[in-house]
Amino acid sequence: MRRQNRFLTAGLILTCALAALVLLGFFWTPYDPNAMAAGPKFDAPSPAHWMGTDNFGRDIFSRVLQGAGATASIALATLAIGAAGGCLTGALTGYFGGPVDELLMRLNDALTAFPSILLALVVISILEPGKKINVILALGLVFIPSFARVTRTAFASLRDVNYIQSARLMGAGSIRILAAHMLPNTAPVLLPALTIGFNNAVLAEASMSFLGIGVTPPDASLGYMLSEAQGMLFAAPWYAAGTGLVIVLMVFSVGLLGEGLRRRDKGVL
Amino acid sequence: MKYLFKRVLTGVATMLTVSFLTFAAFSLISGDTATAMLGTSATPERLAALRAELGLDRPLPVRYGEWLLGFFSGDLGVSTSYKQPVREILAPKIRLTLWLSLVSFLLITAVSIPLGIWSAGRRRFEGARTALNQLGMAVPPFFTGILLSWVFGVGLKWFIPGQFPDAKQDFAGAAVYLLFAAIALSIPRIAMTVRMLRSTVQEELGKDYVRTAISRGNDRGQVLRRHVLKNALPPVVTFLAQTMAEIVAGSIVVEQVFVIPGLGQMLVTSIGGRDYPVVQAIVVILAFWVVLAGTAADLINQRIDPRLRLGGAA
Amino acid sequence: MKTRKLLALLLALGLLSATLCGCGGGSTGTTAESKPTDGSNTEAQAPADAQGAADHPNEITVGIAQDLDESLDPHKAVAAGTKEVMFNVFEGLMKPTPDGDLIPAVAEKYEISEDQLTYTFTIRDGIKFHNGEAVTGEDVGESLARCINGGDGILEVEAFSNITHIEAPEGGRTVSITLQEPDSEFLSYLTTAILPANYDGQDTAPVGTGPFRFVSRAAQDSIVLERFEDYWGESAYLDKVTYKIIENADSILMSLQSGAVDLFAHLTSTQVAQLGDDFNIEEGTMNLVQAMYLNHAEKPFDDVRVRQALCYAVDRQQILDLAFDGYGSLIGSSMYPAFGKYFDDSLTNYYTHDVEKAKALLAEAGYPGGFSMTITVPSNYQPHIDTAQVIVEQLKEVGVTAEIQLVEWGSWLSDVYAGRQYQATVVGVDASTMTARALLERFTSTAGNNFINYNNAEYDAFFQQAVSAADDAAQTAAYKQAEANLTENAANVYIQDLADLVAVRKGLTGVRFYPIYVLDLSGIRYTA
Repeated sequence: MRRQNRFLTAGLILTCALAALVLLGFFWTPYDPNAMAAGPKFDAPSPAHWMGTDNFGRDIFSRVLQGAGATASIALATLAIGAAGGCLTGALTGYFGGPVDELLMRLNDALTAFPSILLALVVISILEPGKKINVILALGLVFIPSFARVTRTAFASLRDVNYIQSARLMGAGSIRILAAHMLPNTAPVLLPALTIGFNNAVLAEASMSFLGIGVTPPDASLGYMLSEAQGMLFAAPWYAAGTGLVIVLMVFSVGLLGEGLRRRDKGVL
Repeated sequence: MKYLFKRVLTGVATMLTVSFLTFAAFSLISGDTATAMLGTSATPERLAALRAELGLDRPLPVRYGEWLLGFFSGDLGVSTSYKQPVREILAPKIRLTLWLSLVSFLLITAVSIPLGIWSAGRRRFEGARTALNQLGMAVPPFFTGILLSWVFGVGLKWFIPGQFPDAKQDFAGAAVYLLFAAIALSIPRIAMTVRMLRSTVQEELGKDYVRTAISRGNDRGQVLRRHVLKNALPPVVTFLAQTMAEIVAGSIVVEQVFVIPGLGQMLVTSIGGRDYPVVQAIVVILAFWVVLAGTAADLINQRIDPRLRLGGAA
Repeated sequence: MKTRKLLALLLALGLLSATLCGCGGGSTGTTAESKPTDGSNTEAQAPADAQGAADHPNEITVGIAQDLDESLDPHKAVAAGTKEVMFNVFEGLMKPTPDGDLIPAVAEKYEISEDQLTYTFTIRDGIKFHNGEAVTGEDVGESLARCINGGDGILEVEAFSNITHIEAPEGGRTVSITLQEPDSEFLSYLTTAILPANYDGQDTAPVGTGPFRFVSRAAQDSIVLERFEDYWGESAYLDKVTYKIIENADSILMSLQSGAVDLFAHLTSTQVAQLGDDFNIEEGTMNLVQAMYLNHAEKPFDDVRVRQALCYAVDRQQILDLAFDGYGSLIGSSMYPAFGKYFDDSLTNYYTHDVEKAKALLAEAGYPGGFSMTITVPSNYQPHIDTAQVIVEQLKEVGVTAEIQLVEWGSWLSDVYAGRQYQATVVGVDASTMTARALLERFTSTAGNNFINYNNAEYDAFFQQAVSAADDAAQTAAYKQAEANLTENAANVYIQDLADLVAVRKGLTGVRFYPIYVLDLSGIRYTA
């Protein structure tokens, strides 16, 4: 019965490889991502330019590396806001319960019924489109409810568990119980939720930037690059293909990782 | 009956809340509207006059009440950029977006339900199938859209990307066009529904009563149809309602890729152009759509799931 | 109980389908007038004249990259894209010709008094508005008065502040306009559209006297014009023109190749290179002053040395090579070559690409390490985005970190153009009338459309001198001095006048280029 959790392994390997590549992109790219050259305009993929070149003769692979970095960092920042905010509300309401909990969860249910992109669009139209920080803020806010829901359930179920009860009897304060005793035990629920959250953040950011109201140059993220690539489908189809594939690969590997984590948890391999 | 009443009431309450919040949020920033409209010729007096003309100087609840009345009588205000009634601008777009949503929804249901049930009963290549499923969820609709445009538009010339044909002149062309947009929109959602359905059905198959039924020599297929599906269906219905909501969101992106002049495309440009009357109207229409789908799902579930019926009566 | 639930379900379903049908019904009912595509165009397809006798209907589809997302009232419209289309719908007392001359349009003839102060126009006999009403002196008077008074979104015509009196006797056929002081360019401003006085639907359903009449507009989709049968002059060849809004660069190509679009102006060189043999390419100039416009009210652009440094830092020829395949003509001031009379070619190479000079100027101005700036660019116009991207790279060489901010056209208009809240922007500025004044007046310190906040007393003086010049030569000289002033003070980083590449389906002919940014469709016809 001890079969290897292949999803976890595959997910980990892919995610780590991609993460390494993205990290590398922050320090080094084969070419300057913004360097223009009149010569290699719309060059097809070749050993010199792995993903070809765009309308300004810029190396697409270098640009994609840089764009992936931007996308990943925005997704992580979004995730940080969403998870921190969500965990905090979820933990407090789940632990203490009461009418506030009831009310917040009602609100939560109503909010989670709405697609995140729609909500993010509304928030960003109020903030002001086209700014990186606003995109992070809008998406971060939008992701809070889903995290709150997940963690609330986890905390609420732990509330009456024996060892928590005994910790309380031993005089541990609420904050200590929440942080030291309960939080580590919510990891099995939280970790897969984080992977899903990351993927949603990547997709949502890419969608918004694709629509032109997310991140705009020079913070070129993959979504914006893809919208640029769509305009060059005739002359440089590899631009769209390369950029899109990186998004797919990112979401796919983190998705596998999440699937692996869930399975390890359930004991299903 | 009581349940029905309660559910509809909740739905109405949600709609009111959502529309009020939207209205309030956009009212907060629509001071900009008056300033933007006047531009260089803005003076405090002119601003005040224009605000009065636009009715921006009255208390928020009053304005909301009027706006709501207007909304239901079809008066959605006037677009600040087109200077045209919002209703006139949106009418043809709503129809288009509804069609796109409908086609996508049918596609998702028609593909994912049989696929999910089929997949639940099989153990072979389970890993590969799960991986494929993950891949399906990882492909963003805008990328699929670009790929489809490239292969079927640029390559095979089945349709002209970016040129949505007029349905009145070229119905088949419009249908094909919408179908491709719907495919792009549906793939991730199909993957999710299949996954969801498979785990629900498998969970149900593992339950004692099913095992007993099968071990007693009942026909496996019959048990699946009579009992398992009946119990596995409610979460799926809820999920499909959520799908309806997600489709609405997805259509915003897909309309942009395929250049379909629907609500989503209008929403995006209006956000950029700060045409708040239009943004507000579209957001509220989409929100109503989401709430409507949710309410409908609950009502359907309540009908097919006896447990819920009991719960409702209590 | 069970039946009731079923009923409820059915009701919900009914509600759903009601929304579906309701919307359909609504659109046919309420927008019958402004529906883009109903069956009412069948009569346009009947072969009404010789041109229409061929097997194709006598109509074309013209692609445009920019939606007409503003008021269609010609006195309110700001966007060049809107004016380009509406040129076919509206006319003033005078009308421009492709050669850059003016001919009487709504007016049949005019007389100018000896002292150059009174202009008397005789309204053309039998001329009608698209709504069938005859044009009266009152209409002319009202239309001009509208542009004098402004308000309610109407743009004031600065030159009209010179008018002291308009006399348009009721029911009369003559209109006389009295000026405060002579203005040799005054006639060019009378291309201002003449509108029916008792009509208030111009915002959405414009009515003019041009060769085409407006039929409908569908947001983000299309604009339809039809030939005006009662046009006073040589009537248009085509029965109907549909403008299709295609913002996506790729869709433009595919819609041309597939036959969905017959004519598309302002194409890029890359697009043209990919078009097949089905098209003739006509090359003209866009008649735009493309520049990186700088907001002089913002630091550090208030410093002339910084602006000059930017001019030295930007390599215009490289911009043409990288982004335009070499097409386009370089400029050095707010004037383009098509205006031969006013264009001063010696200004074109006043600043040559010189990184060292740029750095030295920056250091002198107190920015030895450069600075950061934001270039706001309207997101719907690729040539400007491309130009901005090249500029960003070029500025890096002198230590200036520029960041591109893409905004929707609507935001650009309200924030940058009207609100003047920006640092730098790359756009093309066109001339609304065929005068040097149309290009140069905006830089006078008090001009309402002086969106760069240029404030230069010397410039104001040159401009005033030009406007009040007694003869043409003196005027031209003064305008050239004003242009030189802009160049020397590096008012903006002038780049080029873009090449206008127009793809016309073979079998169609009659594209006419004007020295202003318009696309005249009245001469376009099928050859076969």
